Amino acid sequence: MATLNDYLLVSGLLFAIGLAGVVLRRNIIVVFMCLELMLSAANLSLVAFSRFHPVNGLPDYNGQMLVFFVITVAAAEVAVGLAIIVALYRARQTIHTDELTSLQG
Amino acid sequence: MPSFLFWLFAVLMLAGGVAVVAFRNPVSSAMSVVASFVGLAALFVGLSAFFVGIIQILVYTGAVMVLFLFIIMLLDLKDEQKRAPKLAPVAAGFALVIAFVIQLVGVLAKMPATTAPKLDQAALASAAGGFNEGGKIATALTAGRLPDVQLIGHTLFTQYNLPLQILGVLLLVATVGVVVLSKKHAD
Repeated sequence: MATLNDYLLVSGLLFAIGLAGVVLRRNIIVVFMCLELMLSAANLSLVAFSRFHPVNGLPDYNGQMLVFFVITVAAAEVAVGLAIIVALYRARQTIHTDELTSLQG
Repeated sequence: MPSFLFWLFAVLMLAGGVAVVAFRNPVSSAMSVVASFVGLAALFVGLSAFFVGIIQILVYTGAVMVLFLFIIMLLDLKDEQKRAPKLAPVAAGFALVIAFVIQLVGVLAKMPATTAPKLDQAALASAAGGFNEGGKIATALTAGRLPDVQLIGHTLFTQYNLPLQILGVLLLVATVGVVVLSKKHAD
C-alpha cells in the first residue's frame, strides 16, 4: 500500500519539475505548460490528503471541491494566457522570453 | 491502490514531466504533458477520487492540451535553435529545485507513514446515516459502494453553491476577455 508520504513525495517532485521548467525554458508556451504541471502537483496532494484524512468514514470532499475549483480556474487561465500569447506574437513575432525585453529597466 | 500500480503511474507522470522540460519541440512537450496527466488521473482514480480523475482527463488532456496544440500549430513554431544557455538562470534553476527537493525529503522523513483508511462495507455503511434514507447516496453507501459523483454533486450544490456561481461568472468573463484580446485592433 502506498502511504501518504509516497503521494506527497511524488507530488513534490512533479512540482519541482514544473518549477525547473519555468526557470530553465525560454519558450513561453512551454513555460505555461510547466505552470499547469505545478497546479496539477498541488491537486495531487489535495486529493491525497482528502483520501487519507476521512470525515465520518468518507473521504474529505472539501479537498476535492478545491481541486474542482482549481481545475476550472486553471482552464480559464489557460484560455486567457494563450490569447495573450497570440496577441504578443502578433505584436512581436516571437515568443522567446529572451527577446521580450521592452519592460526591462 | 496496489503499490506497483502506484509506482507505475507515478513514474509515468514524473517521466512525462521531465520530458516536457527536456524536449526542444513544443509539440513533443505538449504530448508529454498529456502522458503526465494520464498518469496523474490514474493516481486520482487510485485515491478513489473517480470524478476528479475523469475531469482531469476531460478538461486537461481533452480541452486544455488541445488548445495548447492548436496555438502551437497556429503560431507555426519551429524547434528551438541550439542557443548558448545562460549560466546564471540555469544555475539558479537547479539550485532552487535541489533546495526544494532536499527540504521536501527532510520534512517527509520526519512524518509518520500513514496508510489509507479502508473504505470497506462497514465504514461506508456507518457513513450512510448522514444522508436522506432511501436516497441514491444512502442506498449506495449501505450496499458498500462509494457514490463518488453523487457525493461531489451533493457537496457542490449545498455547501459550495455560491462559489460555483461565482465560478460561472469567472468563466463568462474569461470567454469575453479572450474574444476581446484576440480581436484585431483596427487602428
